[in-house]
Amino acid sequence: MNLFADQLLVLVMLINLVMLGTSRLIFSIRAVAVQGVILGILPGLIHPFSTHLATITAVIILAKGVAIPYLINEAVRKAHIRREVEPFIGYVPTLLLGAVFTALSFVFAEQLPLAPEHKDLLFVPASIATLLTGFLLLTTRRKAISQVIGYLVMENGIFLFGLLLSEAMPFMVEAGALLDLLVGIFVMGIVINQISREFSSIDTSRLSALKEE
Amino acid sequence: MLHALVLLPLLGALSAWIIPDNRLRPIVLPVVATIHGILTALLLGNAPLPSPDGWIWLDPLGKIVLLCISMLFAVCAFYAVGYLSYRQERSNRVLCVGLLVCLSAMSMVTMTQHLGLLWVAVETTTVSMAPLIYFNRNARSIEATWKYLLLCSVGIGLALLGLLFLAYSTYVADHHATLLLGPLMASARDLNPAWLHAATIFLLVGYGTKMGLAPLHAWKPDAYGEAPGLVGALLAGGLVNCAFLSILRVYQICLASGTEIRFFQQGLLVMGLISMAFAAVFMARQADFKRMLAYSSVEHVGILAIGLGLGKGALYGALFHMLNNGLTKGVLFLSSGNIHRSYSNKTTGVVRGALTRLPWSGGIFLAGFIAITGSPPFSPFISEFTIVSSAFIEGRYLVGALFLLFLVIVFIGMALTVLPMVMGTPPADIEPSDYEDRLLTVGPPLFMLMVILMFGIWPPVFLVSLLKDGAAMLGVQP
Repeated sequence: MNLFADQLLVLVMLINLVMLGTSRLIFSIRAVAVQGVILGILPGLIHPFSTHLATITAVIILAKGVAIPYLINEAVRKAHIRREVEPFIGYVPTLLLGAVFTALSFVFAEQLPLAPEHKDLLFVPASIATLLTGFLLLTTRRKAISQVIGYLVMENGIFLFGLLLSEAMPFMVEAGALLDLLVGIFVMGIVINQISREFSSIDTSRLSALKEE
Repeated sequence: MLHALVLLPLLGALSAWIIPDNRLRPIVLPVVATIHGILTALLLGNAPLPSPDGWIWLDPLGKIVLLCISMLFAVCAFYAVGYLSYRQERSNRVLCVGLLVCLSAMSMVTMTQHLGLLWVAVETTTVSMAPLIYFNRNARSIEATWKYLLLCSVGIGLALLGLLFLAYSTYVADHHATLLLGPLMASARDLNPAWLHAATIFLLVGYGTKMGLAPLHAWKPDAYGEAPGLVGALLAGGLVNCAFLSILRVYQICLASGTEIRFFQQGLLVMGLISMAFAAVFMARQADFKRMLAYSSVEHVGILAIGLGLGKGALYGALFHMLNNGLTKGVLFLSSGNIHRSYSNKTTGVVRGALTRLPWSGGIFLAGFIAITGSPPFSPFISEFTIVSSAFIEGRYLVGALFLLFLVIVFIGMALTVLPMVMGTPPADIEPSDYEDRLLTVGPPLFMLMVILMFGIWPPVFLVSLLKDGAAMLGVQP
């Protein structure tokens, strides 16, 4: 089972790189959704079966694999855009940076001693790598939607680490965190809609009226 | 009774959502706020014991924050009735609902002992405030909302990772993950130092972003500048204190671990001094008076961080300052909201002679400026004096000297903006406005001003003992 879990984690890291390399928003959204589904499957592989675990799997897949991608898709549809154009840093440089960050996250993970039963799993490097990928997307892309996707990738990275604890964490807290995320994305969707109405574009580099003179 | 503090505002939010009439709806706010205030007063005197599972306990630290939030919200609620009567052109449904949901989440922050639940509540305050910053529905406010929402969400996300690291450190130690404050503090000495260290860094950065400590404060001037005055007051006095309480919880764990506390305090000191420096630089020649208040907030979260970083005697000062800063920001934001309304402008180029045009609001704003810059006889003077004197007593001369230097620069910078605004004669070509000082828009900030004046001259006995209890929880020998 651990081997399969590791393979899925490698897949998550590959999806990160794919997202850094693509300009098509719909494609990015699907990639995030796939990550969300993998996040839902993983706890079942590393923890013994329980109803608590089954509920968590269902809730994560529903929220991260279905509901949130749907909300972002709606926002994209309403704003009539398909592609991320001219990010602040080009696709190839960000892809290279992503690879470097992934390597660094393995180094960082070495510093943190895992519990014996998690020793041979890639959760920590995958989590940190995904977090950093999210940061890269957030900082290098112009479109508001791409930034939301970056935020989601970051959240996926954080949840990835949380999966190690999914047996021990109370359900209420996990559900609360997911609900907050869902509402947050919902509000971001509304804001994006308002931005596109106000500026006839969702290019965040136009959001530059507020600064010190 | 504790549950009522959380449920009552939610009930209020529901009824605000249902009430169709735009004039009637804001009445829900003072009604809920009054009951909330009464409940708070009862709970402060006689708090229930911790719940059996240890999740809910209103401890002294929580009590101080609850006192501040309840008072600030009550003042803002009465003000909102007066303010919204001038803003009948747009629906206030989202505003009323958002304020009440936020009150509910803030109450939850003060009473929970489970760090996961605390995180959920803090995130709820962030999300529920976002639509309120967009109340004015223009290009500038949407920009501010976007920055606020994205930066704070990312910050809070990092804090969540810190929490997960913390929980994992307990899992490594004894195969039973927990985020309950009591067990965490009890087992803090056995936690793996590497995990604890990583957790501390992420929690400091995450909650530091939410609190607006420099250099993570980028969202603050925009959000405070564009939000309506009463939303600004709740952001600066309510949400900041919720984030500070979260940092206090981390402090408690670091203190119990014995080794991590040095690093945590150092981090707080550095970020605090950077915040004060940033505020000092950007406060000078700030033309937009609401942005100026935002930088003042950056300065004061810096002071809070420094108080915590110094430890010992400064802790009492930091806790007192948390209360004072929250209440004084209420005075400033509400009165500046009135001035903004009257001039339909918030730059010092147009706003002049507020004392002539609006004697009450202008006077209260001036008094609030004197209070926030730490002048006697108002209470921020006492708390800042406690922090700085404790710095010198402990031999931290450099910190103390920098602290005083930044205070002086901020005072001069703020005076250069505030004095021309308030003094002088109003420009002749200014359009008349329908705004005039009324009881409901002037009374609330005036009441708050009286409170901080009273805390400064004659702090009530119960408050002093509450602050001492709070400081004792942070490791000060009574």
